Amino acid sequence: MSELTGLTLAEARQGLRDKAFSARELAGAHIGAIERARALNAFITETPEHAMAMAKDSDERIAGGEARPLEGIPLAIKDLFCTQGVLTTAGSRILHNFVPPYESTVTRQLWDAGALLLGKTNLDEFAMGSSNVTSWFGPVTSPWTEVGADAPLVPGGSSGGSAAAVAARLCLGATGTDTGGSIRQPAAFCGIVGMKPTYGRCSRFGIVAFASSLDQAGPLARTVRDCAILLRHMAGHDPQDSTSADRSVPDFEAALTGDVRGLKIGIPKEYRLEGSPPEILQLWEQGEAWLKAAGCEMREVSLPHTKYALPAYYIVNPAEASSNLARYDGMRYGLRVEGKDLIDTYAKTRATGFGKEVRRRVMIGTYVLSAGYYEAYYLKAQKVRTRILDELKAAFEQVDLLLTPATPTAAFRIGERMDDPVAMYLNDVFTVPANLAGLPGISVPAGLSREGLPLGLQLIARPFDEATMFRAAGVLEEAAAFSAIPPFLAAEAKR
Amino acid sequence: MTEMMARENWGKSWIEGATGPWDVVVGLEVHAQVVSNAKLFSGASTEFGGRPNHHVSPIDAGMPGMLPSVNRYCIEQAVRTGLGLRAEINRYSVFERKNYFYPDLPNGYQISQYAHPLVGRGRLTIDLPDGSAKDVGITRLHVEMDAGKSLHDQRPDATLVDLNRSGVALMEIVSEPDLRSAEEAVACMRKLRSILRYLGTCDGNMEEGNLRCDANVSVRRPGEAFGTRCEVKNLNSMRFVGRAIEYEARRQVELIEAGGTVEQETRLFDANKGETRSMRTKEEAHDYRYFPDPDLLPLELEDDFIERIRAELPELPDAKQARFVEQYGLSAYDAEVLVAERASADYFETAAKGRDPKLVANWIITELFGALNRAGRDIALSPVTPERLGKLVDLIQAGTISGRIAKDVFSDMLESGDDPAAIVEKKGLKQISDTGALEKIADELIAANPGQVESYKNNPKALGWFVGQVMKATKGQANPQLVNQVLRRKLEG
Repeated sequence: MSELTGLTLAEARQGLRDKAFSARELAGAHIGAIERARALNAFITETPEHAMAMAKDSDERIAGGEARPLEGIPLAIKDLFCTQGVLTTAGSRILHNFVPPYESTVTRQLWDAGALLLGKTNLDEFAMGSSNVTSWFGPVTSPWTEVGADAPLVPGGSSGGSAAAVAARLCLGATGTDTGGSIRQPAAFCGIVGMKPTYGRCSRFGIVAFASSLDQAGPLARTVRDCAILLRHMAGHDPQDSTSADRSVPDFEAALTGDVRGLKIGIPKEYRLEGSPPEILQLWEQGEAWLKAAGCEMREVSLPHTKYALPAYYIVNPAEASSNLARYDGMRYGLRVEGKDLIDTYAKTRATGFGKEVRRRVMIGTYVLSAGYYEAYYLKAQKVRTRILDELKAAFEQVDLLLTPATPTAAFRIGERMDDPVAMYLNDVFTVPANLAGLPGISVPAGLSREGLPLGLQLIARPFDEATMFRAAGVLEEAAAFSAIPPFLAAEAKR
Repeated sequence: MTEMMARENWGKSWIEGATGPWDVVVGLEVHAQVVSNAKLFSGASTEFGGRPNHHVSPIDAGMPGMLPSVNRYCIEQAVRTGLGLRAEINRYSVFERKNYFYPDLPNGYQISQYAHPLVGRGRLTIDLPDGSAKDVGITRLHVEMDAGKSLHDQRPDATLVDLNRSGVALMEIVSEPDLRSAEEAVACMRKLRSILRYLGTCDGNMEEGNLRCDANVSVRRPGEAFGTRCEVKNLNSMRFVGRAIEYEARRQVELIEAGGTVEQETRLFDANKGETRSMRTKEEAHDYRYFPDPDLLPLELEDDFIERIRAELPELPDAKQARFVEQYGLSAYDAEVLVAERASADYFETAAKGRDPKLVANWIITELFGALNRAGRDIALSPVTPERLGKLVDLIQAGTISGRIAKDVFSDMLESGDDPAAIVEKKGLKQISDTGALEKIADELIAANPGQVESYKNNPKALGWFVGQVMKATKGQANPQLVNQVLRRKLEG
């Protein structure tokens, strides 16, 4: 890791302003890092020319005194965001050759704020997964390994490429999307900060849809402040997305006052899962202690329907996905495998173009929406969703934030849990309720497991109260003082 | 006019089978393309007849990451239509996805409405041949997007897809099974089209496909419960609506009378053969897996929005017809014919200003409509303006020209578009109302035809022969009343 790639986004911003280095130098350092880290498979597409061209423009603007808020900041973009003229695959063979003629709203805003595109990061196919092993472009390897073992670990998913890239210092920040934990879980596995904003905070326009009522874009970065900076420029109302909220976007960075005195923090007792590793519970208690020491009031809250969140999620999510993915039919773009007639062409195209996990969800989703099953599954799941939302609303009448573990375990090895989808789905147990209820959530690295792997704590806030969430996350971050460096980086430094 | 001819075939609303009479029961499902500049969920143009795939946004093409956003004007148009059908407007409605695969359906689903349509129950009134009126229930109206078009005849080896129509707003209007004959169904379609055109919410052109109709047809013994229905598709003209229902009802009667049973199915009308044939059975019916579209929030309408549209509603055909009868003293039939199109009603009112409205109505219905029909022209493009038709009627009423001469003048007006007075002047068609001149002709006639004078004495009806001769001599320009008067006096003198 060079001096420049080791900076936080906020530090790099300052350095650029102070002309301590140029945007081209900063971009070049990251481009070099990406090349050296190809073994991680964090990127599907690298765009060094793009980055350098944008950096040149940034340097001119900086020289001309016209720097924009993110001027010259190199970012990685999850390959679910459509980028005009740049391959956008969603990690799927069916879009292996798709180059969008348009830009997603979130990335357009980032470029308008001066940021640079380093490349498109790997992900689980169509964001379906918690391990980043379902990508057509191969799995991402975490820059972390267990102490004394070199078995490759998953970075988490589905924003695994983004999380690995941020952790391995390949970019200053990255975008992700979070449908059931796809930002927060990989952030926790990779020892970085990842946050999912309130549903509607960021426009979904131009993001390949997975489960529309749950999908939300968010930032991954190495600090809470960096996430706060990024979110400000990702968020905002977009008339092209009817579900985006017509609300002003606050200066989240300004919320990082470090003062959380009097904040009421809820500890949901139902999150104390049977069989949880003691280190997860210890970390959670440690988090409580840190916040209490900072002046927060701790309260136990009850969310009895939590246990139904995951089952409901795994009905709503595939139902929406099955419909959202119907457009990949080989007729207009992407992969097409000719068959003997139309139906056969559909079948061959989709059987070849979609991986196993995607096919599984399309089938489950089609099933739960079918005549005769709709009421029993989809409608019932929606009712559960409403109940969970009501329950969380009630909880937020008593408390300002909820504190939970981010994941039930630390990262696991590539290849593990592959034959048991349910075990894989359990990864999302702490993160899914925020998606079902549309609430913002953040994962902050807070400690290491016995094997030396990062563990995260999660804060969940009221709708559109990301500011309070960032403030408390900043306090947790400071108290935890997480400073472990991924072994991949340490090894690289030795080379 | 076709409308008049269709009426004469009306009369009975049942079918006589081999084993007795059968009731015909029909409900309609109409797809009306909304008049709007932009599509329902994208900003792309709705222009008809553009080059294939040139009015397509990435949203209409179902590109990854694209999202729909509702074109408010299309909703306004649908609300306007609902109000025109005297229907309940639902303050809360939901867009749902209707999932099925087809190459001209880019998303793999159509965005439609299902459990919560924009418009609920309403009704429209049709006029029956016996002069009575009948209310036809409207079950619902909902808004949905159109699919693209598959072109099977462009290449021998492939089907091509044109997405220009993809995403254009449609209103699906469903009627109750209140119709009892093919003729009633046609009358219902005509009335619906008339209302849509008055409202400016649909062009109503079945040939261009912006108004499409499916019919649910069943038969039953009078007084019994409804029979099993078949849905007949592809009725793309008023004539086909009538013929298809007629055929389908007879097919069902013959089937049942031969000991068979009607299976619920979708049937296609073959216009060339004039018959319906099975398209898919109930078992083959799609499971559309409707569910609320998570990309679109439920549509919630404010009362103000609805009331503003209500306040701007134009006078609709039924109200206009009643007013024409009341205000102008027209027969219900003449009024109905005139109000079928807003343009002809407006034409009438302009032409009738300050003159005998019945005479004006007569001229429009018999002469103008006849001429326009023969020329295949729309009243909006009539070469005779309503003002000039009015002047023509003035000339008749003032006795300047006779009704017969007026027809010649009218023909000239159709050709030249000229002012009738100028035509009369130029061609010297002014009626001879000069008693002296007519007396002179009469005297000569009587003197030259003593035989006819004799026969008049025995049979006063022979006066007609004299009148005819005078008209002949004056090239029809003589004032007929005056001719009668003069001749009678001379002959009896």
